[in-house]
Amino acid sequence: MEVFSKDASLMDMNSFSPMMPTSPLSMINQIKFEDEPDLKDLFITVDEPESHVTTIETFITYRIITKTSRGEFDSSEFEVRRRYQDFLWLKGKLEEAHPTLIIPPLPEKFIVKGMVERFNDDFIETRRKALHKFLNRIADHPTLTFNEDFKIFLTAQAWELSSHKKQGPGLLSRMGQTVRAVASSMRGVKNRPEEFMEMNNFIELFSQKINLIDKISQRIYKEEREYFDEMKEYGPIHILWSASEEDLVDTLKDVASCIDRCCKATEKRMSGLSEALLPVVHEYVLYSEMLMGVMKRRDQIQAELDSKVEALTYKKADTDLLPEEIGKLEDKVECANNALKADWERWKQNMQNDIKLAFTDMAEENIHYYEQCLATWESFLTSQTNLHLEEASEDKP
Amino acid sequence: MYETCVVLFLFRSVEHTDGQSVLTDSLWRRYSEFELLRSYLLVYYPHIVVPPLPEKRAEFVWHKLSADNMDPDFVERRRIGLENFLLRIASHPILCRDKIFYLFLTQVFFFYLADSRLKALNATFRVKNPDKRFTDLKHYSDELQSVISHLLRVRARVADRLYGVYKVHGNYGRVFSEWSAIEKEMGDGLQSAGHHMDVYASSIDDILEDEEHYADQLKEYLFYAEALRAVCRKHELMQYDLEMAAQDLASKKQQCEELATGTVRTFSLKGMTTKLFGQETPEQREARIKVLEEQINEGEQQLKSKNLEGREFVKNAWADIERFKEQKNRDLKEALISYAVMQISMCKKGIQVWTNAKECFSKM
Repeated sequence: MEVFSKDASLMDMNSFSPMMPTSPLSMINQIKFEDEPDLKDLFITVDEPESHVTTIETFITYRIITKTSRGEFDSSEFEVRRRYQDFLWLKGKLEEAHPTLIIPPLPEKFIVKGMVERFNDDFIETRRKALHKFLNRIADHPTLTFNEDFKIFLTAQAWELSSHKKQGPGLLSRMGQTVRAVASSMRGVKNRPEEFMEMNNFIELFSQKINLIDKISQRIYKEEREYFDEMKEYGPIHILWSASEEDLVDTLKDVASCIDRCCKATEKRMSGLSEALLPVVHEYVLYSEMLMGVMKRRDQIQAELDSKVEALTYKKADTDLLPEEIGKLEDKVECANNALKADWERWKQNMQNDIKLAFTDMAEENIHYYEQCLATWESFLTSQTNLHLEEASEDKP
Repeated sequence: MYETCVVLFLFRSVEHTDGQSVLTDSLWRRYSEFELLRSYLLVYYPHIVVPPLPEKRAEFVWHKLSADNMDPDFVERRRIGLENFLLRIASHPILCRDKIFYLFLTQVFFFYLADSRLKALNATFRVKNPDKRFTDLKHYSDELQSVISHLLRVRARVADRLYGVYKVHGNYGRVFSEWSAIEKEMGDGLQSAGHHMDVYASSIDDILEDEEHYADQLKEYLFYAEALRAVCRKHELMQYDLEMAAQDLASKKQQCEELATGTVRTFSLKGMTTKLFGQETPEQREARIKVLEEQINEGEQQLKSKNLEGREFVKNAWADIERFKEQKNRDLKEALISYAVMQISMCKKGIQVWTNAKECFSKM
């Protein structure tokens, strides 16, 4: 059962209502994929960033509200506060538990360019939206949504979460895993099945393209902002001019007000871009990095199997237990591959929808912008010709 | 180093008094010859608001526009400006009859005007009783010049930014096309959407070129402000001349009176030397009075004619200024309306391109 959530435009969730799509296009999208009845039974919002100051550090927590009808949850409503570190922990646990599933990406830790202070309002808001997306993607994932750590993340009180975090493999063993992973992943690449070679090629190319699109989109936003800044000055000059022209006062003032209205329309277009397109494209930039990690993990699992097979073939180590081990590893590889294959299809489908929607929204914003400007100038023109006709009829005896 | 020559193809039918019409051939004129024609007109028609020339050097340039005087676009716009200049003169009720103008259009010659009054036009004079209308006009022309230059500067910056917005969208085209190669289902939609992004990006070139014509219309009036100021200066010059002549006459009359009555109130060199070197004889005094009386007579004649000249000038100048005002109001209104028309065309193009793009996106 797949529910394709379209929640890029969700912002203020002051009312505890289920996620309502806010753009008509997103509604169409939801209808398209609701062949099955809506089985959504887990609703999550991330809001209310708060700053906490201690002697050691300053950090932000976000409020997370969960509403659910699932039996395995003790209650139907939960409210907790989490900080970025907690999200990182959750992501790590999910990757550990499901190494070849495509875990949704987290927003970056820092943004290097243009960061004056760590916690300016825009940064926090962008991060909040991305964290909201992150949790909802997990909730919509057929497998991840039932993950135990995910449940604890959503429901546990602060102290409960801390103590839970302390369980599980320690830092050193996790580091050891990473080292082994790097060493063996190369071997996995050599024996990679054809379909995963294709997948890898796609991921590499996709990553290139989405990164470019991300840069282009950011650049467009920047140019639009600069255009807006200049336009703001343009209208008022006409008002200034009208002060020294008796016969052109009305025309000049009208031109000034047209320019100002187009200015406002530009502002709206900009904000549409920054809400509909930029976060979506950026999320897929992060996704593309995730995917490469997933491929590596898959390769590593395969490498484990291959090294044992090699050992058996060349009688390197104690061969009594090997066949059993190999059997287990073969199962592991098959599971991992199947999990990835299924998730890959799902991810691709989601990606296509999300990209399509984001760009369609962008086109819609532009159409709306030009329509507004057109109406403004057309009404100016009509008023000028009407005036002219009035004057002409006045001149007639 | 040669300036680019502007070729004029003026097929002008000129009717002589005997009813014959003459068609002129094309001939070559360079920018500096236009400048000479204008200087001549300024001098010989001081009360007329003489149409301005297009800019000598490219100003108010936004970054993609060339500041090079040899740039073909600039040359073309200058050609249009020069043609406009000549048409304005040709449609002016008084200027069109000027012989030199006719010669400019028909004769290949180089004329040199060494008129000291040309230089005098640039001098400033302190006038005691300026005509308020001319002072107001001067202020107006200052305001006009300043507001139009400001507007042109900001417009150039806005054009620059708009160029940026459109052109960056072109990058989408390339990336979409590359991306479409690896996508099975989305491929076609991406590819065609990319094509529309290219169309969008390249549409800005024509849009901004049209806007340059609008900018040129405004520039003409920027330069007209200078022409207005020239008329005001001429008035000032005449007024100053008049005041100086009146002052001179008054002082001579005073001198004469003093000589006749024997009282010395006004300073004169003769008076001074008389004091130092002795009284002059009655015959000498009579002679001086006679000279002064002659000068006074002459002065009164001159003052009368200067007054007349002054009044004629004001009457004619003001008539032309009224004509100019109406022309300006018509032209500027038309320009502003044409600006609106350009914006409308740009919006319609934008709607079309993005509607096409949206269709492609939704088919992905």
